[in-house]
Amino acid sequence: MHTPILEGGFADKPVDAAHAFRAVMTAMARPGDILDVTGAQPPAPLSIAAGALILTLWDPETPVFLANSHNTAEIRNWITFHTGAPLVDPRDAAFAIGTWNTLPVGSFSRGTSEYPDRSATLIIELDQLTNSGAVLRGPGIKDQAELSLPEADAFQENARLFPLGLDFIFTSGARLAALPRSTKVS
Amino acid sequence: MNIMSDPNAARKDWLGLLAKSPADDVTRLWAALPVKSDHIVLRAPEIGGVMVRGRAGAVGAAFNLGEMTVTRASVKLADRTVGHGYVQGRSKEHALCAALADALLQTGAAEAVEAGLLTPLRTAMAARKEARAAKAAATKVDFFTMVRGED
Repeated sequence: MHTPILEGGFADKPVDAAHAFRAVMTAMARPGDILDVTGAQPPAPLSIAAGALILTLWDPETPVFLANSHNTAEIRNWITFHTGAPLVDPRDAAFAIGTWNTLPVGSFSRGTSEYPDRSATLIIELDQLTNSGAVLRGPGIKDQAELSLPEADAFQENARLFPLGLDFIFTSGARLAALPRSTKVS
Repeated sequence: MNIMSDPNAARKDWLGLLAKSPADDVTRLWAALPVKSDHIVLRAPEIGGVMVRGRAGAVGAAFNLGEMTVTRASVKLADRTVGHGYVQGRSKEHALCAALADALLQTGAAEAVEAGLLTPLRTAMAARKEARAAKAAATKVDFFTMVRGED
C-alpha cells in the first residue's frame, strides 16, 4: 500500500508556528542576523528551518514552486498534507524553495509598481550559513553585517529594483537568515 | 460518479457515518472496543469551519447552504496505515476516534471495528431517522376532494 511520509509537522501548532513566525519576522527586520527555528521534521532534503517556514507561512492561498532539488513525491505529499498550498509555475508563485543553482531566479514575479507586495519570496537552502562573506548595508542593519550568500551579483541587481524585487530567506539545518529587497549587498 | 463503481464508496460510507454520528456515541463505543493500536498523531485534532454546499434536488448549480463547525485529525498506525477523521462539531476526541477507526477499517481489524462501532452507529442513525420521519408523518394532512358531480 502506498504510504506517504506525513509525520514531522509541528507538535503544538499554534505555539510552534508563532515562534517560527517571530523568528522569520526578526530575520527580515534585521538582515544578516541568524536565528534558530525548530519544531519541524520534514522529509529530506528539506532542512528543519525550511520545514518550519513551510508550516508557518504556506497555506491554500499561497501558490508555491518547488525547484528540481526539492521536487520529490515525498516533499509534495508532505506540503500538500500540512499546508494545502497549490504547486504552480515560477511566474505565479508566492513562495519557492530550492537550492540556489536549481531555482530559476529570473522567472519569479517581482511585483508591480501598483502592488510591489505581489512578488515572490524565495527560500534558499544552503549547506552553510555563517556571518562571513558578502557585506550587507541598509534598513535594519547598524553600520554593516556579513552573510554567506551564494553570490553577490544577483542580490545587487535585485536591490536595484527596489521597491520591486524578490525577498530571500536562507536556511541551513535549524538556522535561518533573511535578505529583503531593501538591503544593499557589496 | 456512479456509487457502484466508486472504489472508495465503502470508505466514504464509514467516514460519513462517523462524521454524522453524535460525538458521545462514537467515543463511548470506541472506548468499549477490544481493538487497540499503537499510533502516532500526524495532525493533532483541530477545529475549523467549512462551507456546506448543496444542489436543489441534487441537480443544477451548487449554492452555499451555510457554514458548519468541523474538527479534523489524522493518525498513522504502527503498520503505516494512515487514517483521517473529519467530524461535525467541536469534539477533538470524536475526531481522533474517527481517524483511528478509519485507519483500522483499512487493516485486518476491520471486522471487529465494523461490528463494535459501525453497526451500532448505523442502527442508532436509522432509529433517529425513523423517529424523525414518524414525528413528521404524524403531522401529515390528507386532503380529500369530494365528488363534485359534474358528470
